[in-house]
Amino acid sequence: METLYLIFIDPFVQMAIEPAFLAEVLIGGLMSGVMYSLVALGFVLIFKASGIFNFAQGVFVLFAALNFVGLMDLGVHPILAFIITLGIMTALAFAVDRLVLRPLVNQNPIILFMATIGIAFFLEGFGESIWGGDVRPVRVGIPDTALFWETGFGEILVLSSDLFAGVIAAFLVTVLALFFHFTPVGRALRAVADDHQAALSVGIPLNNIWVIVWAVAGFVALVAGIMWGAKLGVQFALSTIALKALPVLILGGFTSIPGAIIGGLIVGAGEKLFENYWGLPLLGGATEEWFAYIVAMIFLFFRPQGLFGEKIIERV
Amino acid sequence: MLYREAGQFKTSYSADQAMLTITLDRWFVFGLTAFAIIGVPLLASEYIIGSILVPVLILSIAALGLNILTGYCGQLSLGTGAFMAAGAYLAYKIATNITWMPIWLVIPLAGLCAAAIGIAFGLPSLRIKGFYLAVATLAAQFFLLWLFVKVPWFVNNSISGVPPAPPRSIFGIQVTGAAAGNEAKYLFVLAFVIVLAWIARNMARSRIGRSWMAIRDMDIAAELVGIRPLPTKLSAFAISSFYCGVAGALWALCYINSVEPTAFDINRSFQVLFMIIVGGLGSVLGSFLGAAFIFLLPIVLNSAPGWFGYSIASDTITHIEFMLFGVLIIFFLIVEPHGLARLWQIAKEKLRLWPFPY
Repeated sequence: METLYLIFIDPFVQMAIEPAFLAEVLIGGLMSGVMYSLVALGFVLIFKASGIFNFAQGVFVLFAALNFVGLMDLGVHPILAFIITLGIMTALAFAVDRLVLRPLVNQNPIILFMATIGIAFFLEGFGESIWGGDVRPVRVGIPDTALFWETGFGEILVLSSDLFAGVIAAFLVTVLALFFHFTPVGRALRAVADDHQAALSVGIPLNNIWVIVWAVAGFVALVAGIMWGAKLGVQFALSTIALKALPVLILGGFTSIPGAIIGGLIVGAGEKLFENYWGLPLLGGATEEWFAYIVAMIFLFFRPQGLFGEKIIERV
Repeated sequence: MLYREAGQFKTSYSADQAMLTITLDRWFVFGLTAFAIIGVPLLASEYIIGSILVPVLILSIAALGLNILTGYCGQLSLGTGAFMAAGAYLAYKIATNITWMPIWLVIPLAGLCAAAIGIAFGLPSLRIKGFYLAVATLAAQFFLLWLFVKVPWFVNNSISGVPPAPPRSIFGIQVTGAAAGNEAKYLFVLAFVIVLAWIARNMARSRIGRSWMAIRDMDIAAELVGIRPLPTKLSAFAISSFYCGVAGALWALCYINSVEPTAFDINRSFQVLFMIIVGGLGSVLGSFLGAAFIFLLPIVLNSAPGWFGYSIASDTITHIEFMLFGVLIIFFLIVEPHGLARLWQIAKEKLRLWPFPY
């Protein structure tokens, strides 16, 4: 009875008593959710266009951030560093396409997935051997002051860097949406995502499309890397945190951009709420490690295609 | 010239269905096994036995387990480390609480516990597959490790949380724990390897193995020809987790001599996955070749500069190791998706025709 009370009633009582704390937890969760979304976005882009599940996306984030920070430490202006890093990511996309994907064309998806694990390992070692393994702070002038938001039921602490991250993420998603809907390249990308062969037959060059989509994913990774680096410093934990993007994808569906965003927000907010109201008092904490995966697993039983994914129809 | 099957007539069904039909193959395997049992403990040094052969053999068992699930049944798993951890923690729990039980029974029992856990986490595979399943197994990886760390019951409320392996003996010779001799540990592990490899090889070519392969190649078509997906997939999960559990128990009790969570983290899962990719998906031999290759690569990389008189900082070595790993994975996938085992097979086929190819 006592346990049931602690599980089903007490957390909600706590939420009602201290709405300001609830709001802070929620905001913190949503902000880390934005970060997950940004990584998940890169996954979705590549999966939509080429059907490849790019495990290396997390390391892409890290690699982009490392290059950016490394260049800035050499005294390069942030904007210039951003552009150079973008160039590096494009070159990387080109290299991945030529050296890894081309020779493996028409292979089983699992083989391609494992190849991206190989890319992840290579980039991790490569980035580290060039730029070293220390934690580096990112100073791009994102203001990091605590704002107190006065509400009817108490003061809520909000970090301005969190707000900034939210705005950037929203901006990025808008830009991507516009890019996909109103530019010829974006339309070509959507056509390829829809049907490879039909896209080929109307004259869309599939080869270039793959490079472009990997480069766009690199761009998203760079933005995610900078945001994340500004929050936590650029460190190698980034690539493991990025594993969290997997349950986000499950929730949102592998092929949906809005799904990636909403899935990320759900996972971020959900794990913070669970940790604070159930994990710490009842389970001894550190539940953030597995909460998202378990939620994703349970979710898969009911909707294997995710919230917004396309229904999978299989033929023999 | 020597290695050929011409002239070796099979006159009975049992001869036709033997595991190794070519005489030379059979003698080679028997000879290798005999050498491993008798020759190695006599000839090899303590270091080679204790620090190379024992871990390679244990990892081979884990690779065999993952190969059953991923290579034969086609279910991608990233939770190998967790199933190994389940075997390790439960072996410790059983060995310390049921003290009369002989250690050779404790380890398979821990494997059975791991198999039960494997079935639980394999249940989603009935509805989902591919990458989605990989995420479900990641749930096992993170959740189980968290559970073993957070619940002190598993380690008998040990304060450090990293209890030493209990010393146990067979025929009066200690085989587990820090005080056991390397030869004893080696022979103990080897016994498990031989039995499990023999079982795996036979499963792969019997009804159950064929149904796994049918599910792997196309599950809907397999279902249409009358293979029930539920028992097939879950049996693959159960047997794979059993192998991984045994490997984890041996790893904790016979190699690192303590039960610690860091030995079974996500990197272990990836390491075993690489072993079966490099060794060969869907091959018993490949599990051994892959385990040896992936385990020895860092050791060779670490000592190679020393042979040539260079010295490289250890963190640089780690980076190079990461890069080489990545490159090798991609290289193997491109050049030979079937891994080292396939290369061995090609060599044998060449040898069969030598010196008079068509």
